[in-house]
Amino acid sequence: MIIHTKEPVLEVHDLTVSYSRKPVLWGIDFTLPAGCVAGIMGPNGAGKSTLLKSIMGLIPPSSGYVKLFNRPLEDVRHRVSYVPQRESVDWDFPVSVLDVVLMGRYGKVGLLRSTGRRDREIALECLEKVGMQAYTKRQISQLSGGQQQRVFLARALAQEADFYFMDEPFAGVDAATEQTIVGLLRDMAAAGKTVVVVHHDLQSAREYFDWIILLNMHLVAAGPVTEAFTDEKIQRAYGGKLSLLSQVGHVMEKRAFPSREN
Amino acid sequence: MIIAFWIILTGALVAVTCGMLGCFLILRKMSMVGDAISHAVLPGIVIAFLLSGSRDTLPMLLGAGATGLIATFLIEYFHRRANLQTDASIGVTFTFLFAVGIILISGFAGEIDLDLDCVLYGEIAYVPIDLWVTADGTVMGPRPVYILSAVLLIVALFIKLGYKELQLTSFDPAFASALGISTALWHYLLMAAVSLTTVSSFESVGAILVIAFLIGPPATAYLMTHDLKQMLAITAVLGIFIAFTGYWLAYWLNASIAGCMAAVTGLCFTAAFLSLRRIPKPSPTASEEPIG
Repeated sequence: MIIHTKEPVLEVHDLTVSYSRKPVLWGIDFTLPAGCVAGIMGPNGAGKSTLLKSIMGLIPPSSGYVKLFNRPLEDVRHRVSYVPQRESVDWDFPVSVLDVVLMGRYGKVGLLRSTGRRDREIALECLEKVGMQAYTKRQISQLSGGQQQRVFLARALAQEADFYFMDEPFAGVDAATEQTIVGLLRDMAAAGKTVVVVHHDLQSAREYFDWIILLNMHLVAAGPVTEAFTDEKIQRAYGGKLSLLSQVGHVMEKRAFPSREN
Repeated sequence: MIIAFWIILTGALVAVTCGMLGCFLILRKMSMVGDAISHAVLPGIVIAFLLSGSRDTLPMLLGAGATGLIATFLIEYFHRRANLQTDASIGVTFTFLFAVGIILISGFAGEIDLDLDCVLYGEIAYVPIDLWVTADGTVMGPRPVYILSAVLLIVALFIKLGYKELQLTSFDPAFASALGISTALWHYLLMAAVSLTTVSSFESVGAILVIAFLIGPPATAYLMTHDLKQMLAITAVLGIFIAFTGYWLAYWLNASIAGCMAAVTGLCFTAAFLSLRRIPKPSPTASEEPIG
């Protein structure tokens, strides 16, 4: 089931991606409206990160195309930000927190020039937004997992983009950091920016996202949470995975017996 | 005294150039690439010698530079296409190319006046007599000093202008690509710089000392600081110190100069390691006060 939007900021058309000739994503086709927080959900090995990397042009697709703001990525790169998985980098690298956030400015600064006073100010503002202003000069190996994720987020904010792709920003962070990040995502969406997040936890998905892309190598569903994230669709995406079915059961149980706050 | 000055200057030029590139090599976990290139240049030198029939610097540099780049391409190719680990593809590539060089030398032994020891260990002591004499007979000083100064200038300029890109492609290649910075381009630019440095240095200091300078000072600096710019600065200072101390150690022991410089490099690393183990770097719990 695919619910398309009338004026899409992201259009993924019939995207197929393969690793050494073995397809991992088949004919993915969906659109996203501006100003939404979208979640890419699916079991392990469903191709969630691959989809994100393919949209960012890091993995060339075998067929299909991606359009952002109705243009190919190359034309609108400066308006698009990407947050890789936290584990993908070496946190012993000799740079400070501020250095990492300044990297978000590199696209704007351009070749052969170095970052200036204005870039520094923006970087410091972004660190404040994620509550890391006290750690500016700290070397990145001395940060906790949640703090590392906040630094990555600050770097993305420093790009001043209109479209954000985040690969598992909630992986291995504490509840406080998770709430900070969710709050930021909401603020960004309210400001008309679009955020796409790869996410694992089925229970929080309904609360965090207003658009869902349910994936299991094929596209299972894409659309507003209320329509695309139904029990039947979740079961189809996670079907056959016993350990996950119990989690699905938990979600359904929660819906059958809503907690008092709701 | 002037002899000592030229030898120390040559050593320092090589040490600083190699060290600055080595900083990026160890951060990219590619330390052994320098090793690979410095060995892989051997067949290039032999082929250049066979073709040109002379031991002039230019054909040697071209031949060596070409095989150096071939080695980097092969390493990258095996790593990408065959999914082989980088270290394994480095090992396969450079031993093969070096062996080809050995076969060429032994096969044409009668015709080639190339000293294998000289390729491996170099002879820094001969630098002061390898003079550059202009057409009208003016003696301009040792030729290697000019070549190495030019290479140092090129490398320093490369790192100064490409600092942002080198740092980012080393730290987070996926993010760099997302910004539209070509990781492949910067990889090959760095490898070209390493090839140029290795090839121009090993003639005077030998392959072993080049490897020692590529890895030793940056590894020592890595232990001492948490800042990339400081790491580059410490590496440069350390390189000059090593050239100076290594020379006088060799003078005092009446031993190989290149050997002593390499030994001092190892001693510096050991000293840094031992002293920093006693005074640990500040840990997150030890300094929880807000900074900045």
